[in-house]
Amino acid sequence: MDVMPRWADVILVPIISLLIAFAISALVILAIGQDPVAAVKIMITGALGSTYGWGYTLYYATNFIFTGLAVSIAFHAKLFNIGGEGQATLGGLGVALVCLSVDWPHWALALPAALVGGAVFGAAWAAIPAYLQAKRGSHIVITTIMFNFIGLALLNYVLTNILRPQGQMDPASARFPEGANLPTLHDILAPIGISFSKAAPANITFIIAVLACVLVWLFIWRTRVGYELRAFGHSQPGAVYAGISPVKITMIAMLISGGLAGLMATNNVMGEAERLVLNSVEGAGFIGIAVALMGRSHPFGVFLAAILFGFLYQGGAELALWASIPRELIVVIQALVILFTGALDNMVRMPIQKLFLALRRSKAEG
Amino acid sequence: MSADTIAPAIELKGISKAFGPVQANKDISIRVMPGTIHGIIGENGAGKSTLMSILYGFYKADKGEIFISGTKTEIPDSQAAIRAGIGMVFQHFKLVENFTVLENVVLGAEDGPLLKPSLAKARKQLVALSEEYELNVDPDALIEDIGVGMQQRVEILKALYRKADILILDEPTGVLTPSEADHLFRILRGLKDEGKTIILITHKLREIMDVTDTVSVMRRGEMTATVKTSETSPPQLAELMVGRKVLLEVDKTAAKPGANVLEVTDLKVTDAMGVQRLKGINLTVRAGEVLGIAGVAGNGQSQLLEVLGGMCTGTGSILVNGEPIDLSGKNSDARTRRKRGIAHVPEDRQREGLIMDFYAWENVAFGYQDDPAYSKGLLMDNAALRADTEAKIERFDVRPANPWLNAKNFSGGNQQKIVVAREIERNPDLLLIGQPTRGVDIGAIEFIHKQIIALRDAGKAILLVSVELDEIMSLSDRIAVMFDGQIMGERDPSTTNEKELGLLMAGVTETGAAA
Repeated sequence: MDVMPRWADVILVPIISLLIAFAISALVILAIGQDPVAAVKIMITGALGSTYGWGYTLYYATNFIFTGLAVSIAFHAKLFNIGGEGQATLGGLGVALVCLSVDWPHWALALPAALVGGAVFGAAWAAIPAYLQAKRGSHIVITTIMFNFIGLALLNYVLTNILRPQGQMDPASARFPEGANLPTLHDILAPIGISFSKAAPANITFIIAVLACVLVWLFIWRTRVGYELRAFGHSQPGAVYAGISPVKITMIAMLISGGLAGLMATNNVMGEAERLVLNSVEGAGFIGIAVALMGRSHPFGVFLAAILFGFLYQGGAELALWASIPRELIVVIQALVILFTGALDNMVRMPIQKLFLALRRSKAEG
Repeated sequence: MSADTIAPAIELKGISKAFGPVQANKDISIRVMPGTIHGIIGENGAGKSTLMSILYGFYKADKGEIFISGTKTEIPDSQAAIRAGIGMVFQHFKLVENFTVLENVVLGAEDGPLLKPSLAKARKQLVALSEEYELNVDPDALIEDIGVGMQQRVEILKALYRKADILILDEPTGVLTPSEADHLFRILRGLKDEGKTIILITHKLREIMDVTDTVSVMRRGEMTATVKTSETSPPQLAELMVGRKVLLEVDKTAAKPGANVLEVTDLKVTDAMGVQRLKGINLTVRAGEVLGIAGVAGNGQSQLLEVLGGMCTGTGSILVNGEPIDLSGKNSDARTRRKRGIAHVPEDRQREGLIMDFYAWENVAFGYQDDPAYSKGLLMDNAALRADTEAKIERFDVRPANPWLNAKNFSGGNQQKIVVAREIERNPDLLLIGQPTRGVDIGAIEFIHKQIIALRDAGKAILLVSVELDEIMSLSDRIAVMFDGQIMGERDPSTTNEKELGLLMAGVTETGAAA
């Protein structure tokens, strides 16, 4: 019998963790002589108060959904993929190559091709650590971290030496052709009479991200490979007993994981920058770890956590803009949220479990 | 002196302990008189180990009091237990493999920062203790070089060196041959004669009858009875453990063996460490018979099951129904074995046979996840799977009858029923079954044994591996004894006896002629 009802496990515990993180953040804001209530107001109006704010929140959330799903899938196979950053970086390269290779006539043709390009490059970047883990036993945490650096160095080389148009100073690719520009939420919602900010970068990949959540859910809990992946994650000797090849499952899990991280590039590279720049991932690969932890590796949880972190990113940016709160403090708030929802999850969970236990006992006795 | 005037060595009053919603110990009171051997018997999960862990300071009781020799004592940790004169010999030894016996005994009980004086002092005491109690331990031998029986005696020495007056042994005979177990019991009787108090935790009725003075029976966290051993009988104890009458003997007719289903020739397996675990096994199992593999744990039985079940590679030849099986691992694994009609109930159901965090219904597909009956297009047909699970739960009387419960939330016996149902209902030509009743309560043992015999009577071949000699003797039609990766010999269960098998299990073959 489970100690807590499911809603408490999935909803109550993260919310309490979040409230503690916000409470401590408020104390920190007070300590530097600012008004936490005003700060919250700025964050909420900045991130959720306008379609412009929403547009940014959902843009960031789209990135985090992809990287969060990437970490989650690997985690179901008990593989800790820290390499989302590098895989998304390489995914960007894949997307850029696809976008620049053809003078795309329409985005509806460019997008599927870019999705494939991003996924293949991201998966390829995950394939090497996966192979080393499966065949050689090199720990995937170490190798994926190293591959983040290698990925960045590789992109640096490719941008400065190959993709940079002649005469251009900054290490970036050429602009993508018109036909590869994705419709923003403004473009999508306008025909059905909803006005959405024109300036916000949220675009059609948000819908792709939501679709990815559904597909990942189906894959993990409804397909045979997903079943084998979860079984392998719970017990490796058990997997061998059931005829599940550890090498095969490690490769599959990491390829899908890297592919999902690579898909993120359709949002930030193709949807927003419309060219490939250095450091376009901006830490979203690492945020994906926090998102997966907070979302308990469930696609729906990942979706909610990604929206939350999107809010924190956008609200934080607004805070730095409108209040005399230093930008570093935003990082502190984000760090506190990660700390409490991810790392210190059990600190909140244990007392709540005890509480439920006591409730159940008194009910049984009374 | 009458019993009333001597304080009991240990008295527990009203001990209760809960883990989450599970009440592991419920209001347990027990008195153990000094200079006696007190048995605690109960099914796995009855709360024996929890109770002893409370006594040894590993867990804190929710309620209740502990009295040592009449004085109320708080035992917050194992150091306090040692100070109170309690020594514990765990089921899994806690010894440093590359230390000598002497170093292990001294470890944690050194007198000062320098080792030499402690070791010299300990050596003297060790020799004295060793002689006094017939322990026969070489103080300078490395732990990794001595057998399990001697390792266990080192654990006992450790406790005695720490001046233990009360010795708790948790399932001490699980890893011993019958003769080693007899040696252990002689030591325990010697300790008792010296005035030590011994608590023996076991689930084996025979040991209780052999060696204890009094016995307490636990069932579902409660102490159901405490009786003098001389005034009780195995059937009565079994009934107290399970709460109903139990059939201890397996009811079966003579086997009608048919064609060879499994033929193994010169089978060798080398493990990941480069140690040869199977050194050329030859055996056959015919349709309609049970071949029992007896042996002390760790003599290659696990590897035999694993290589037959496709979980590791080997060399030699295996024929199933006359057709060879690939042993290189290149073209075969556990999945292809299943397709060849081999079902496998693994020795360790919690590590291998089940995914403990999966629902019961998910576990019913485990190993058979690519069965077309469980899939619908690209997806798995969970509804069909659940329906199948409900039917299996019904037929095998799994309790609680809830397919939505995680495997870990079933008792050992019900977990095993899920595995056995899954494997037997495939109607395999060959069933590999390892430790079918390890950690399984008596009621479920009876049921599982019946299922095995029913499969045999349906004309299927069964290879049974068990460290429980009783089980091997009562289920098998032929018995092969394994020692050090080899088959020492085959015996007929109707003409052999435990003594003869025990010698074979210890690697002694001269008696072959006498049989």
